[in-house]
Amino acid sequence: MVEIDAQGIHYRDLNQRVRRLIGQGKREFNLINVNGQRYIGDGLASSVRMEINGTPGNDLAAFASGVEITVHGNVQDGVANTLNDGKLIVHGHAGDILGYGMRGGQVYIKGKVGYRVGIHMKGYREQEPVIIIGGTAGDFLGEYMAGGKIILLGLNRIRDEALVGNHLAVGMHGGVIYLRGEVEPNKLGREVRPEKLGQDDWDDLERLLADYCREFDFSLKEIISADFWKLIPVSSRPYGKIYAY
Amino acid sequence: MSRRVGEKDISGCAISGIFNRKGLRFSGEAIIKSIALMRERSNGLGGGFAAYGIYPQHSDAYACHIFYDHLKAREDVEHFFNKHFCITLAEEIPTRKLKAIGRPPLIWRYFIQADRQRLERSNLTEDEYVVQCVMRINAQYKGAFIASCGKNMGVFKGVAYPEEIGEFFRLEDYQAYLWTAHGRFPTNTPGWWGGAHPFTLLDWSIVHNGEISSYGANKRFLEMYGYQCSLMTDTEVITYLFDLLVRKKKLPMNLVVKALAAPLWSEIEQMEEKEAGQFKAIRAIYGSALLNGPFSIILGHRNGFLALNDRIKLRPLVVAEEQDVIYVASEESAIREVCPQPARLYFPRGGEAVIGELEGRSQ
Repeated sequence: MVEIDAQGIHYRDLNQRVRRLIGQGKREFNLINVNGQRYIGDGLASSVRMEINGTPGNDLAAFASGVEITVHGNVQDGVANTLNDGKLIVHGHAGDILGYGMRGGQVYIKGKVGYRVGIHMKGYREQEPVIIIGGTAGDFLGEYMAGGKIILLGLNRIRDEALVGNHLAVGMHGGVIYLRGEVEPNKLGREVRPEKLGQDDWDDLERLLADYCREFDFSLKEIISADFWKLIPVSSRPYGKIYAY
Repeated sequence: MSRRVGEKDISGCAISGIFNRKGLRFSGEAIIKSIALMRERSNGLGGGFAAYGIYPQHSDAYACHIFYDHLKAREDVEHFFNKHFCITLAEEIPTRKLKAIGRPPLIWRYFIQADRQRLERSNLTEDEYVVQCVMRINAQYKGAFIASCGKNMGVFKGVAYPEEIGEFFRLEDYQAYLWTAHGRFPTNTPGWWGGAHPFTLLDWSIVHNGEISSYGANKRFLEMYGYQCSLMTDTEVITYLFDLLVRKKKLPMNLVVKALAAPLWSEIEQMEEKEAGQFKAIRAIYGSALLNGPFSIILGHRNGFLALNDRIKLRPLVVAEEQDVIYVASEESAIREVCPQPARLYFPRGGEAVIGELEGRSQ
């Protein structure tokens, strides 16, 4: 494993150094003292593993395909933008626009996430992007979602803290959102309906959460002992008619 | 001031603020470090700082920071000042020669108080007297621009990256209990010295990331109350709206926030009847003060600060607290750069105001 001290290093130098080392055959990195450096892990297609200590800057792991990143800290905005494949594990919170247009891979967040998470997510056959959120989520979760899975757990909430913000799944027309708990109907977009889980859902949920719980040392049993709801789109092609004629 | 036209470019902008609620003062080094970390959010066409508590020895006088394009402008403004004010001190603001700062204007400061006789005849409060004079100079005096005119505070700004502006103005030599900062990435309006943030009036200052789509409506509303929007920027209206609603209309800050970033009608529908009635009334009376469009702002004033996002949070804002200090910034890393392990760190919701007040004082 190559250790890189990122203290005071500009993002361009840091990312170039990582790419140079990958070119030399290095595959495992431990970045320490990271603070605010943008674009870390972006576009990396090889099977690179990276530990990040600190607060990486915006657009972490964007356009990546296969890289596995663990962050010991919070992540900022625009993380996992258009992620194609790979795994991102965050031992902290995430900011806004996490997993925008994501089309493969797994994003595991231990804490809360901000606004506009998982918007425009899409999936196709074996491409199944997954975002699992341990805490709560802000407004516009899963807006215009077209595929993939979002699981929102809402663990460790204080007092009357809401599971999720407003405008949930507005314009959603594919994929599924699993919610650990109920959500007020007025928060929902018109394009989705809440349903109870079937056996297939439970199997799926257990499979996805088993891996998540392993990463964060959570009790799977405890997490799935609660009541879950799922959101699915009412129509699969809401705009088909608009553009076809 | 000459209006320089810059390139139109895609946007970022960075804001940061550090506030000691006990009123303890600290130098400008920390705020420079914080805003410099977000350099990628700016493009060198504007940077600036507001500092509160820097002139305790002149705390009764209005501190006017002024840019001049040429000596003639200085003569004109000083002539006006001599007529309308009593000047305690007039001096050039100390600066450093820096390569990054191309051809700065002449930069002066004046500590002034209204001429007693003229003030009495005007039938205005001293604040209003100062406001009207400042508006007149900024709108009518060619080659002069008043960057700030509050008591015991000042604005240091210009065309460059913020950390360069901080070095240029020697901010390490000033002690303030509240610092705010801005790194500019001008999108719709030109980059010029007066157009850099913060925008001020009296001791109100605003740093802003985003754009105000409702600018036209807000401007017309403000013009009815005598405000002149002459700076070619949307941000200016935010400053004047706070001045109008807090200083003149005497609304409490929590209601001002609900006028500027009003809850959506769909949210009002979900409220209890009494609360819904209150919000409907605010939207009806102050509908033209509604700020539409993406923004995150930090308002500085003599008693503290207020940070606010637009209602659907189209711009970032992070808050942290450590002992008596509150930090606000566009990015978490900009806070951690100066306070690595804050006791509390959180992400305010859209339209949720973060208010910091000096202990024992409230607006």
